Amino acid sequence: MSTEHDDLLEDLLAGKHRALARTISHIENRAPGYRSLVSALSAHTGSAEVIGITGSPGAGKSTLVDKLAETYRERGETVGVIAIDPSSPFTGGAVLGDRIRMASTVGDMDVFVRSMSARGTLGGLSTATADAVTAMDAFGKDKIIIETVGAGQNEIDIVRTADTVAVLVPPGSGDAVQTLKAGILEIADVFIVNKADRPGADRTVQELLEMIELGEGSGFASVGVGHHGPDAVADLEQGDTEADVDDEGPETWTPPVLETVATKGTGVDDVIDECRAHRVHLEATGSLAARRRLRHAEEIRTLLRSDVHRLLEAELEAQGGVTGLAEAVRAGETDPYTIAQDALEPLEACLEERSLELDVEPVSK
Amino acid sequence: MSEQEQRSIRCLVAKVGLDGHDRGAHVIARAFRDAGFEVIYSGLHKAPEEIVQAAVQEDVDVLGISILSGAHNTLVPKIMDGLEEYDAKDDTLVLVGGVVPDEDKAALKDQGVAAVFGPGTSIEETIEFVRENAPER
Repeated sequence: MSTEHDDLLEDLLAGKHRALARTISHIENRAPGYRSLVSALSAHTGSAEVIGITGSPGAGKSTLVDKLAETYRERGETVGVIAIDPSSPFTGGAVLGDRIRMASTVGDMDVFVRSMSARGTLGGLSTATADAVTAMDAFGKDKIIIETVGAGQNEIDIVRTADTVAVLVPPGSGDAVQTLKAGILEIADVFIVNKADRPGADRTVQELLEMIELGEGSGFASVGVGHHGPDAVADLEQGDTEADVDDEGPETWTPPVLETVATKGTGVDDVIDECRAHRVHLEATGSLAARRRLRHAEEIRTLLRSDVHRLLEAELEAQGGVTGLAEAVRAGETDPYTIAQDALEPLEACLEERSLELDVEPVSK
Repeated sequence: MSEQEQRSIRCLVAKVGLDGHDRGAHVIARAFRDAGFEVIYSGLHKAPEEIVQAAVQEDVDVLGISILSGAHNTLVPKIMDGLEEYDAKDDTLVLVGGVVPDEDKAALKDQGVAAVFGPGTSIEETIEFVRENAPER
């Protein structure tokens, strides 16, 4: 690790805000050497509770996060917030507006709010977020809240990073609940019907309750609703259709449906209590360890995927660049399979040799 | 193995004090976004301490302060002192936009403001200035 990073690490552990801010910048930028910095930080983590907040755009995520942070502070706990907003696919630019809503804790440096853009979305979002969580954890934050972009394709990512996932559902959106059913509702540990003073809130609560109840029935357990063990995610990721049948009993967490009015702070205490209850549940059942294992497994895979991808890109470059090869395919001289096989061959040979020697899979740095 | 660095210029567009004229700030925020920067917008009526907190936590390369109230001689020093307190003054490019009389500009620059952009400054000029002067880190 470079001296610069040594200093940064030391300052961060000493509680300097600037060092934490700079560390997260290095993580976002994939600055040279950031990996060893994150590795060093990892040794100092493990105490923070990580809560993910997701939901459709305008559901009130930022406002709720603001109130959660305020309430945690009243309870004497330090808070880190990571707020993610989308970036332009054309210019890479972004306007990060979540911070505007987070005014309740202004002037209190023990609430560390960091806006991140979803730059480099391909696998990068989850990695950078997870690394930023690591930095905040090492810094000593008691609670870390991740606010996702308005729910889209990234909604499953948050499961990999957070211990507890709260999904905000706006009221009066019966149809929306239906459409959400297949995706985002499956990852919720806590449901929050925000803007509960609006018409239609009761109905939305009722619909969610019915959906959860259905999910708990034996017939529905296999589709994942109401099944919130880490396996649910694993199943989802690996396309494993085999249902986990021992879903009943004390091991099962039934997601509560809470009502909040974030702008007024109504119901925020309930959210905090239920998140705490979920965390206790995770610890008691051993699910926490399982969740974290899953998270780390995914991190390892993501890192390897991007590393191998880069190695092979370089190999393609060495063979004259992908454009030239593509032209050769177009001209009918060769085909994509042959090219891919040629590029991969040295890597395969290398791995084979090494697994013979060591009987392990190599990890590239 | 070295990874492709993905650097992006981060800017905080800040409205301090009591004036409620945020059209200019919005235009700048939008133009910066289209220039490929990451823009954090503070919202209206912020206190200097709030701006400092945001600039430090967000680790912005550029802090653009919009003031149309005429209170720049009071507000800007408070922000600069705050940045100094968190060791953020030296490597943050601080810009002031708004109505600032010529006789006040030198004083602001003495305090560490890199440039003052008055009425009539083109967006391109501002973006170019940021690209050229954003701190190397």
